[in-house]
Parts: sequence; structure tokens; C-alpha cells
Amino acid sequence: MSEGTRISELFAASVAALTRERPDVVVLSAAGLLDGLECSREDSFLNAACGEQNLVLMASGLALGGKRVFAGACAAPLIGRAYDQIRAAVAIPGLPVCLVGLDAGFCSGHAGAPRQMFEDVALMRALPNMTVLEPADRASLSLLLREAASLEGPSYLRLGAGTLSLYDPEQGELRLGGGTVLRSGADITLCACGIMVQEALKAAEVLARQDISAEVVDCYSLHPFPSRLVLSSLQRTGCCVTAEEHFLPGGLFEIVSSLAAREYPVPVQPVAVRNGFGQGGASQELREYYGLTAAQIVSAAVLAWTCRRR
Amino acid sequence: MDSGLLNELKERAKGVRRDIVGMLGLARSGCLSPSLSVVDILVWLYGAVLNVQPKKPWFEGRDRFVLSRTSAAPALYATLAERGFFCKDELWEYRRLGSLLQPFPEYRRTPGVDVSCGASGMGPGISLGLALALRTQGIGSRVLCLMGAEEASLGSVWEALGALEAVAPVRLTLVVNREIGGGDRPSEADEKAESTLTQRFESFGWPVVRADGHDMAKMNEALGALPEDEAGVLLLRTLWGKGIPSLEASAFRSEHLLDRQATERLLGELEVAAL
Repeated sequence: MSEGTRISELFAASVAALTRERPDVVVLSAAGLLDGLECSREDSFLNAACGEQNLVLMASGLALGGKRVFAGACAAPLIGRAYDQIRAAVAIPGLPVCLVGLDAGFCSGHAGAPRQMFEDVALMRALPNMTVLEPADRASLSLLLREAASLEGPSYLRLGAGTLSLYDPEQGELRLGGGTVLRSGADITLCACGIMVQEALKAAEVLARQDISAEVVDCYSLHPFPSRLVLSSLQRTGCCVTAEEHFLPGGLFEIVSSLAAREYPVPVQPVAVRNGFGQGGASQELREYYGLTAAQIVSAAVLAWTCRRR
Repeated sequence: MDSGLLNELKERAKGVRRDIVGMLGLARSGCLSPSLSVVDILVWLYGAVLNVQPKKPWFEGRDRFVLSRTSAAPALYATLAERGFFCKDELWEYRRLGSLLQPFPEYRRTPGVDVSCGASGMGPGISLGLALALRTQGIGSRVLCLMGAEEASLGSVWEALGALEAVAPVRLTLVVNREIGGGDRPSEADEKAESTLTQRFESFGWPVVRADGHDMAKMNEALGALPEDEAGVLLLRTLWGKGIPSLEASAFRSEHLLDRQATERLLGELEVAAL
């Protein structure tokens, strides 16, 4: 079973639970993506049997009719093909539609470059009104889904990883515009999102053995961004590394470095996808090849730390 | 259809046409000919078909109208103003900064506008979702979507047509307006194009009834022939620039920006044609 399959199953389970609590929630999916989804009521789930453009348009119509909609599809065609629809029928009128981009990043490694989406955060962040979320594990996935369901406007939930368990679901308290300090530290700030959060935690272990104490922040809310939280960390540490499974432009690196540049300039080193589009291969192998592992975070950390603001 | 109502609606349509020319003349931009061609359809829908309350534009049980053919926005605004959804003075601010009336109709900004359809080809998909939401909540309202025949070649429209199966039954009528130009009598090529279009809708399971888009009595009859609680298509033939002879006869479909002189000339033509 590929990484991708497990993630969509997790999403299906979380969202099915949500429909049991809230009768106004409807889940739409593109063909076959959420087969076997067990919803409490027939009208809370629709297998739209159409392309992504109509998926987004129907989500817009359902929201206009008073529903809270979750529209799930593979991230690359969802954002790519339906961008005009997302922009004009969901973002401009500001409707309560949560677009769920499955298989973002190297999640579906075997599928090759066109299906590997690394610019979705950049595209969605640029839209006014659009909340952008990237959960790092299964518990935060279901907590963030719940938050998104209460949002009056549109949101994009990026799903690249979700099989892990980093958070305790009982203690969970994630909120839009928030972030979580998963590990405290005084020497360097490691901001990460999605699957890179676990890599950042591993890197922090390695750095600790070199007497560099790293603070790891899970930036699950990319927009609105937990600016105060991250700034206060930068003010204490004086240097930063960002880690994301995304292209360099428009993602976490640019969010943090522009924040630092405006408010508290510190060196910020990126770990991101930098050598072109993806390609076919096993997910983990691809991450190693494209430099998305703890090792790269450690090297970047050392670079940033040597130039740190004192 | 009651002849008293019919005559009243025809009078309203004249007024709406005058308002559109005035609006676009003042704004010095906007699509005149596509707006004029759908006036009779809109006046009929808002006068005899849609269950709406101008003084309570958001009441829950209202019928919903979706303008997919956004180039006809001026016609929608003039019709809504005529019905009393907002003061007619707003028409003269069309396209101005801060106006109630945006170039593309905006939901929650303009009273009476139910849906923001940003670009062409979006109406049918949105209407399907909307009709589904209304049905699952037990709200008996109908959804009417006005789209241009030229939109039927867009991928998003094909997808929407095909998605009917997954959501049926829904109380949705697609009003498809097919414009012809240059004289009243349809040519053979036009007939063929209309048949092909009809077949396309029918192949996706949408029943089609055809009518003249400038004859309100015929349109009413045609709508009555479609199944009440299910999806269907009303295919209406209209004339480009209807109401102004020089535009109706025009071979060119490009729009000229209206200046004061042109506006007065067109208003004059409207007066004469209406007699």
C-alpha cells in the first residue's frame, strides 16, 4: 500500500467522523478517491464522478445552499485544472469550502512529475481570503479538519503526510493562525511543516549531540501564519532553518524570511525542492535524492548558526 | 399566460432596454448586444417565473437565479432594478469604483444576486451543487441558470452535464440562449447547430424544449413542458442586439464604446422600434 493510499484513508475516516457530528458538512470527491467512505447520512457524501473543475463548482454551489463543504482530489489537478474555478467561484465570493489536496509532494512518488505538486502552497497563499493548512500527522489532520469546518471562508488543506503520530490527540488544541513548539531550544529555530516536521525533530536530535539546541516549530497554519510565535523564537535564537516539501518560491521559506526581513532580520536557510520538477521513484528515495531529509536540515542549521544574529 | 401580465412584461422589457443603453453609455463600457438579447428572457423570468421578493432578497424559500453568461450582467442589473431589488440610481454607478454593481455579478454585494459566477462555463456546475444543497435540506426552491450556447463547448460545462446522474433529481433548469445575428430568419447552418446542441444535452440525460427567446408566451409554454422537479434545458433562440435595429442587423460582433452621441442615437432607435 503506498503512502498515498493510507493518507486518503485517514482523511476519509476523519471526515466521516465529522459528518456524524455536523449535519451541514458535505464531502465531495473526484472519481473513486474516497471509495468505501462510511457517512452517517446519504446526503453527506457525494462521489462526484467528474473532473476537478466541476468538483470545485459544485462545492461552490453547495456552499451557497448553506453547506460546509470538503472537496477532496489529488492536489496537482485540483489546484492546476480548477484554479480559475477556485479563484472565481470560491475565493472571490469567500465561500466556506475546504479544498483538500491529497497526494501533495512526493507522496505519490511512483506517479511521476505531473502528479507531484510542489507549488500548491504558493498558489493558494497568494489568494486573499484563503486559509492554508498543512497537518504534520494524523491527530493534527482531524483537529484541523474540525477547525476548517467552522471557518466562514475558504481553506486549502494540503495532505502529503498523515500516517505519523507526533501529537497526542487528547491534548490537541490546534487553531487557525497557530503553531506548535514541539521541542524547545535556545540556539536555532527550525520551522517545518507537513512531513518535514518529523525530519526537523530528527535533525534537532543530531544537533543536540553537537551542543546546538534547536527549537522545532510545527507551522501547520501557513496562512494565517503564527508570526508572533515564530518571531519570539527568532528573537531568542537569532537564526533559522525552514523545511518544507515544496518548491522554494512561495512556501514556508519565503513566509519566514519575509517576516524576518520586515520585523527582525536573522539568517534563514531553506530546505526545499530546488532541483526542478519531480520524477518517478519510491517516495523515500525521492526525498533523499531531492534533499528533503534530516541531514539537509542539519547542514542548513550549521550554516545559519555560524551567521547567527547575536 | 395572462394577456394583462404579458403586456405589462413587454412594457417592462422596453424600459429595461432603455436603462441598459443608458447604463452602458454612462459607464462607457460593457457588453450592449449580449445584454439586449436576453432582456425578454430575464424580464419574463423575474416577472412570471421566479419566486422572489425584492424587499427580502435573501428569504430562504426563494428561487435562485444563476447568471453563467456574465456578459449579460447589465441586463440582469436593469431587470433587478426594475423589480425593485435596489434603487434605479445604482444603475448609473455601474462599473464605477465602489459601485453596488460590479462588472461580474457579486453574491452578497448586490441584492438579488444569488451567485458569483466569475467567468464563463461556471454556472451549470454551481447550479448543480446549489440545487443539490436545496433539495437535501428540503427547501423546495428551483434553480434557474442562464447560460450562453457558446459556453456549451467548455470542458467545465460538459463535466457539469455529465454529473447530473450523480445528483439527480434536482430542480434545475438550464436556460440556454443561442444568439443568431443579421435578420430574423434562421439559416440552415443555424438549424443544424441548434440540433447538434440539443442532441448534446439530451445525450447527457437533460430533456430539451426549444422556443423563441423573445416571445414570452411561447417561453412560458415551453417551460411548462419540462418536467417540474427534474433537470431540463430550455433552449432559446435570441437575436443579437434585439430592440435596436442597427445592432440587430450588424454583421460585426465587436462592441464599440458608447459615447454620448452614440447613446442618444441608440435611445432614439429604441423609441422608434418600440412604437
